[in-house]
Amino acid sequence: MATPTQILSEPAISAERLVRRFGNFTAVNDVSFRVEKGEIFGFLGPNGSGKTTVIKMLTGLLPLSGGNARVEGIDVRTDSEAVRERIGYMSQNFSLYYDLTVAENLQFYGRIYSLEPARLKRRIDEIVQLNGLAPYLNRLSSQLSGGWKQRLALGCAMLHEPKLLFLDEPTAGIDPVARRQLWDLLFELSGHGITFFVTTHYMDEAERCSHVAYIYYGKLIADGTPNSLRELPEVQPHGTLRVEITTPEVTRALRFARQISGIRSATIFGQSIHALIDDHFNLDELREQLLKDGIAVAEIRPLAPSLEDVFVELTYKHQALLEAASD
Amino acid sequence: MTNIFRGFGAVFYKEALHVRRDAGTLFFSLTMPLLQMFLLGFAIDTNIRQINTVVYNADGRRESRELLDRLTNSDTFHIIRFVENDHDLNDMIIGGKARVGVKIPVDYSDRLLHNMSAQVLVLIDGSDSSVAGQAINVTTAIGLDESLRRVLQDRAALAVDMRPKLLFNPDSRSPNFFLPGLTAIMLLNVTTFLTAFSIVREKERGTLEQLFVTPVRPFGLLLGKLLPYLGIGFFELCLILFFMRFVFLVPIHGNVLLLAFLSLPYLFAALSLGILISSKANSQAEAMQLAFLPILPSVFFSGYIFPRETIPAILYPLSYLIPATYFINITRGIILRGATITHLWKDGLALCLIGAFLLIIAARRFHDKVIMA
Repeated sequence: MATPTQILSEPAISAERLVRRFGNFTAVNDVSFRVEKGEIFGFLGPNGSGKTTVIKMLTGLLPLSGGNARVEGIDVRTDSEAVRERIGYMSQNFSLYYDLTVAENLQFYGRIYSLEPARLKRRIDEIVQLNGLAPYLNRLSSQLSGGWKQRLALGCAMLHEPKLLFLDEPTAGIDPVARRQLWDLLFELSGHGITFFVTTHYMDEAERCSHVAYIYYGKLIADGTPNSLRELPEVQPHGTLRVEITTPEVTRALRFARQISGIRSATIFGQSIHALIDDHFNLDELREQLLKDGIAVAEIRPLAPSLEDVFVELTYKHQALLEAASD
Repeated sequence: MTNIFRGFGAVFYKEALHVRRDAGTLFFSLTMPLLQMFLLGFAIDTNIRQINTVVYNADGRRESRELLDRLTNSDTFHIIRFVENDHDLNDMIIGGKARVGVKIPVDYSDRLLHNMSAQVLVLIDGSDSSVAGQAINVTTAIGLDESLRRVLQDRAALAVDMRPKLLFNPDSRSPNFFLPGLTAIMLLNVTTFLTAFSIVREKERGTLEQLFVTPVRPFGLLLGKLLPYLGIGFFELCLILFFMRFVFLVPIHGNVLLLAFLSLPYLFAALSLGILISSKANSQAEAMQLAFLPILPSVFFSGYIFPRETIPAILYPLSYLIPATYFINITRGIILRGATITHLWKDGLALCLIGAFLLIIAARRFHDKVIMA
């Protein structure tokens, strides 16, 4: 038996050197990470990079080809049923039965987790209260809007009071207001000690996470808090500065900017250009050089790297490593 | 926590809700078989009667008219027209207006009167083999009978007198033949379609994936999903039997309870086929197409419409692999011949084996292609 302190110190998820092969293809290659209790863990990566495979391994759906994983202190290889008992899972397509009402969906998922009737009733009341589903209880779930479907799906995944919830692209295809509301709800629940494992494509959502990891074709290439990732030397090499150049003629400006020595890289972001420059390069000097080419610059200001910058830089670096290895 | 049926109750209840919500599908799947029943029971008659016949009677005297009367009295031929020359006779057959042409030569009566052999030309359209076969048999028989009568001169009885007696279906009623077989095909249809659809629908919706991350066990899940459709299949069987007995008046000679009991392994096999299809199909449209695959051999190789004896030797063993073959034998056996378990236990055993085999394959494929995908 584990002592209470051991349970407290146990992370929500600990994955050590996870490997998953499908025939000759290695979908997940030596992936290790820890998710502490109460964290909102953002798991990012392009489509087909292995995000869903990792979730399936952690939920005991896919056997591991190598490595270890403990979820809520339980080894997924030996007792995946106990793992599934303790976690909640919400997939990106919300997995509701559209021909059942809101109440029937909740009741079904409650029974699946073998909640006894009194507890099921109490939990449904709580979830309905929390998610504001009361007016829709007798409506068919097919008639709900995207945002409400997502709240219902989240409610179904939480009925059995899991301490850890996997949300696979929870905000794909729902409107911005619903997206904001969902994140408010996640923060509130996380305040009550619930851990979230969230995959997303939205960088602004990644910025809200307390811990992010980036998987690129089976390899984990970033893992840390958003701020610690921003300070990585690969992202912000020593002696460089990241600036935002605001100008009315972004496309023309980009062409010239890329020719200026001292500018290491430049990309368009809406009405501005994000550039990585040598930090001895004076900002006024840069403005004059652009003016010489006939480009009016409204503003140049230093900029912290966004998580998107982080992932772009790390992906480039990883690709370079791969190419070097294959040569 | 080793309850391998965990989640069964929840899934069963939910599945029943689906069925109730989607009353249209249920109604459709229950009435389709009845519709087919009415088609096969009333509209289709395999007994060939009243074949359209054209006659060129060049003789026209009493003997020739007697012969024609005998042809019409057989109930096999229906004379639609008399023509006056060979060309018109041929033309009627080529045009498809008549299937049989009878030409009585001008000297027919004369030759008979002089005790010489008289020839009658019978032209038969061979494009429908069963009609042609019937026409050949009946005309030959009438010719033989006519000859014997003339030789014997009503003086003595036949030396060998064949007395065929049809057992079980004395009037050769088509419903008696078709409906027991139809029962097998319809049960296969309904249960395979419904189970395949109910699983593929959850695949499409993504709810199946969701269920796999809950503590529900595969056995509990499948059983919960299948039992409601087993129930519907069973209800369907009762419905068909009811209509068969009281609308089409097919007498049931054997024990209905035995029939119900032996339908279980058959339904079991049909459900397994449904799971097998659902493990392959990713959309309901795909499931629809795949579900037709087992239907075709079940219709053509099981003896349902065409006797199994007509199947080419190479394909004949195939009929032993088709569950419908055994169940049709069981339904016809019990309903028409009053067969008992001592006659039918082998068919029941074969169904159990096929059902178990299919279920194992289906469960494996389901595990590999759906759960572990």
